[in-house]
Amino acid sequence: MPPQPQMGGRGRGTARPKNTKKTFGRIVSYMSEYRSKLVLTVLAILISAAANVAGTYFLRPIINDYIAPFIGQENVNLAPFIGIILAMLFIYVAGAFATWAYNRLMVDVSCGTLYKIRTDLFEHLEKLPIKYFDTNSNGDIMSRFTNDADAVRMMLSQSFSQVINSTVTVIGVFIMMLILSPLLTLLVLVFLGVMVVVTKLIGSKSSFFFKKQQAALGSTNGFIEEFIEGQKVVKVFCHEKEAKEDFDKENDELADSAASANTFANILMPIMANISNIQYVVIAIVGSLITIFSGNVDGGLLALSVGSLVAFLQYTRSFSNPITQISQQVNVILNALAGAERIFNVLDEDVEVDDGYVQMVNAVIDDETGHITEIAHRTGRWAWKHRHGDGSITYKEIKGDVELNHVDFSYDGRKMVLKDLSLHAKPGQKIAFVGSTGAGKTTITNLINRFYDIADGKIRYDGININKIKKDDLRHTLSIVLQDTHLFTGTVMDNIRYGKLDATDDEVIRAAKLANAHWFITHLPNGYNTMLTSDGANLSQGQRQLIAIARAAVADPPVLILDEATSSIDTRTEALIEKGMDGLMKGRTVFVIAHRLSTVRNSDAIMVLEQGEIIERGSHDELIAQKGRYYQLYTGAFELS
Amino acid sequence: MIKQLVSCMSAKDKKYSIASPLLIVGEVVMETTIPMIMANLVDVGIANQDMGYVLRTGGLMVLMAFLSLMFGAGAARTAAVAATGFAANIRKALFYKIQDFSFFNVDKFSTGSLVTRLTTDVTNIQNAAQMILRMCVRAPIMFIMALIMAVSINAELALIFVVAIPILGVTVIVISKKAISKFRIMLDRIDGMNNRVKENLSAIRVVKAFVREDYEDEKFKESAGGVMDTQKAAEKLIITNMPIMQLVIYSCIVAILWFGGNMIIVGDMQTGQLISFITYVTQILMALMMVSMIFIMLVNSKASGDRIVEVMNEEIDITDDNGDEYLRLEDGSVRFENVAFSYHKDISSCALRYVNLEIKSGETVGIIGGTGSSKSSLVQLIPRLYDVTDGSVIVGGHDVRRYKIKNLRDEVAMVLQKNVLFSGTIKDNLKWGNENATDQEIIEACKAAQAHDFVMSFPDKYDTMLGQGGVNVSGGQKQRLCIARALLKKPRIIILDDSTSAVDTATDKKIREAFARELKDTTTIIIAQRVTSIMDADKIVVMDNGRINAVGTHDELLETNEIYREVYESQQKGVE
Repeated sequence: MPPQPQMGGRGRGTARPKNTKKTFGRIVSYMSEYRSKLVLTVLAILISAAANVAGTYFLRPIINDYIAPFIGQENVNLAPFIGIILAMLFIYVAGAFATWAYNRLMVDVSCGTLYKIRTDLFEHLEKLPIKYFDTNSNGDIMSRFTNDADAVRMMLSQSFSQVINSTVTVIGVFIMMLILSPLLTLLVLVFLGVMVVVTKLIGSKSSFFFKKQQAALGSTNGFIEEFIEGQKVVKVFCHEKEAKEDFDKENDELADSAASANTFANILMPIMANISNIQYVVIAIVGSLITIFSGNVDGGLLALSVGSLVAFLQYTRSFSNPITQISQQVNVILNALAGAERIFNVLDEDVEVDDGYVQMVNAVIDDETGHITEIAHRTGRWAWKHRHGDGSITYKEIKGDVELNHVDFSYDGRKMVLKDLSLHAKPGQKIAFVGSTGAGKTTITNLINRFYDIADGKIRYDGININKIKKDDLRHTLSIVLQDTHLFTGTVMDNIRYGKLDATDDEVIRAAKLANAHWFITHLPNGYNTMLTSDGANLSQGQRQLIAIARAAVADPPVLILDEATSSIDTRTEALIEKGMDGLMKGRTVFVIAHRLSTVRNSDAIMVLEQGEIIERGSHDELIAQKGRYYQLYTGAFELS
Repeated sequence: MIKQLVSCMSAKDKKYSIASPLLIVGEVVMETTIPMIMANLVDVGIANQDMGYVLRTGGLMVLMAFLSLMFGAGAARTAAVAATGFAANIRKALFYKIQDFSFFNVDKFSTGSLVTRLTTDVTNIQNAAQMILRMCVRAPIMFIMALIMAVSINAELALIFVVAIPILGVTVIVISKKAISKFRIMLDRIDGMNNRVKENLSAIRVVKAFVREDYEDEKFKESAGGVMDTQKAAEKLIITNMPIMQLVIYSCIVAILWFGGNMIIVGDMQTGQLISFITYVTQILMALMMVSMIFIMLVNSKASGDRIVEVMNEEIDITDDNGDEYLRLEDGSVRFENVAFSYHKDISSCALRYVNLEIKSGETVGIIGGTGSSKSSLVQLIPRLYDVTDGSVIVGGHDVRRYKIKNLRDEVAMVLQKNVLFSGTIKDNLKWGNENATDQEIIEACKAAQAHDFVMSFPDKYDTMLGQGGVNVSGGQKQRLCIARALLKKPRIIILDDSTSAVDTATDKKIREAFARELKDTTTIIIAQRVTSIMDADKIVVMDNGRINAVGTHDELLETNEIYREVYESQQKGVE
């Protein structure tokens, strides 16, 4: 049996990224396609922030120079006042426009980058070897596409521009403050220090309780999953009361830790906002005192006009806001980087290597001379095109002759799954494998189509070592029907056509007839155009298997592998489709794996596997006559597990 | 919907839910009063060069800011407690409700969707509740307070709001509404895209075997492209909110400076008041933005609320309110009288069509038939896991609907086809059958179910921990533990629904022998695929397409029944 994925642990917390710099660099390189747009974005952010900062500064001249001097006067010339007001308006409008511009630019950048990350991830996944999927749970891989991609999306569409904007604003405001009053600026810095300390204190508390909450959440969700899954068992045993009691324990614990975690998450905002309020008030007091003391004029360390004070007070408001924003974005960014890192880890997985060079080509074969000519269009016959080291090319007809020679194999490099296995399936023969779960039946088929590579020995296809054959071409010559039939969202027609994308409707129907699926398909509400939902849930297991068989049939390959293909079809139905199966198998080399012995009875050779070794081989009659393990199995004295 | 969710609140949740907004009112009152006092500081303190006045009003403001901090922190804490408590109570109500669900109810929802409702949806509601508690009061109070302050400073200048508020309000709401519908489409497309990925992951062997990687890449690009397009469309809309808000606020500030400046020059207003007025503009318009954010949040969480309420409102179709408390089974007999049964109450497609069957107390009955012949449907009516559509099922001398469900199911043990073990020790799991079972009883049950030997082979024996869903035992072992669990009930009737399919024939035989030896008085009903599992039964029922095709002993059926013979021969061919 292939290595099993690790059970996904309940409730993993959000891990911090391990290599922040490198991951960040990689995200940036993803965005490099939008270099010019990014430059424009930064420029627009600069304009937007500068307009915001500059606009506030206008308060000082307006109050000091255009209002205060004229209080109580009559016949004031308002033209200069109008001038400065219009200038202020112009700057603000430009600022608002720049805000729109950078946001608009970032939409293209973030959506495009996300698209690229997603498609890269998917395309890379499709190239990974089967081993990767056997050792990583689907849920884990799925969360690269959902949680992690979402985290990256949040960062791209918000955090980038906000952090740049906030940083520029803070620097701008700080400079303006220094210009207006160095002394009050010092006071602002003191408050900033207080805010940093408070943020740190609350942050560490918060992350402690957050972790606790995540653990409780994971455990509660696990409990819920388990008991909803087993709800029917609960009913049968009248176990509702106990289930409720156990749930209450879990739920109460979660409520407690969630209350603490949320408290600290909530509390940061009001505390920050109110510290900034206190700061505002203290600066107002000190500023007022300085203004009174200096007689309402600017200049020097201890001088301040009302206009400057007013502008300064506005600045203190716009100083703490961006700082709070940055601290909020830090979490989003760290989360996104951790997600991005996990995505990149997948992208760094080694893809399936294919160093095969023998190709499958359409061929015209002269049956008398055996001469093979390569041809571009489909002829229904194929040949292996073998390019040798010396540059010469030979052709060999594809017949479906499969030979295993002293094959050893292990999934993990330690425990041998197959030991010294040899067998030869001649074209058109039907070879069956029988044995317990874990005996290595499925492994053999995994090796023939090179989902895994053998450790020692040789597998030859039409006499060619399969390592030399291009993987795609090798797989084109094999069709496989698996125990777990996986169908895709789409019509029945689409699903059968999956075996041969350019198959005509007639070909599809012919294949369905061959697999004995035609009858039930025509009785579906929309016949061949019936939409199948996810994994064909609206069909019975047996019907799904029939569609999978039709899918393999339409591909029309020389070699067919049936891995427990009829296990979900009851014996009576199986007997009915036996004829169809016989038609499907005719003229092909077939490997059959089956639990049910009635399925394998008419094979040319039956291999009884035990712990990776063939312990008996022969035809049904021979094996029954031997009175060995097969005989025991057949008479029910011994059962496969 | 909201009313129903709120009814889940406990007294404590309610107390905190009221405290939190009250504290927020306090915080907002402080926040909106400070700029007013600030105006005096400038207009009186600085103008009159009165240091004492500056210190006095300044002190007052500091005090108010501290109070505001206290209120704010208190509001945050109470909101957290209220929202998480609320969520916990919803979760509890849901879990309790689902525990009471009948099989019919569970089938209707599917387990996956129930789990999502209990986890993701409840979390969404918790976040929404928190948001409502903190913002829904804050925004309007802030809006009203700031407006009152602004009007009281200068009613004429406050006319600016008559222009600004509608402009901002309408544009923001229109944009958000449009964007929300676009985001909806985006989420749907993301679902579709993720579905593709999911399909590809589970069917990776199919994809690779047919060499369809490039084809799948193309398909995925299509979906991802669709997602990108709607995401762009939605974000393009939503990003206009920000600059429009800036534009409105900035225009207001400029207008106030112009008109206010003129008023100051004429003497109708003072500089400090002008400054406070600007602060109030910002507060009012920010409050308006907050309303639009709440609006989005609520729309997004409405779907979750609906899904939760749907579970809460689900009518439980099997109840025993009219059951007789004191009625007990007289024996282990079962009688089906003209029973018709359909899974879909409204559709005429019947799983069972007018079935009549008599099982005597203590008999062993085998049931056999093809997939979809309704074998499971038949036996599930005995412990009343479903209710008949027509006719009646008489168990132990009375119609099953006359019993209290617990009294019935305590006597009718059923080993389900799709069975489940829970995380905990083996012993914990077995005790589901009987909480007070002694070790001796447990071992006896396990011996009968042929589970004792393999349990003893584990290092921790009966204290072996089972993972979630019993993952660390094999399929056959799991089935045997499930049988032992049912045996511990010491029921009058035991039903095995294809419960030994993964057990080898030799062990299967031993189990049947143990049953025959030790459960002589217990009615045993066995559904099986293998003829060998049931051929020794007192009575064999052959099911076909929702009807009983024949009843008889093995020999009789071999003689007379075609289906039975076919099945038997297909399994026995070639055996000497």
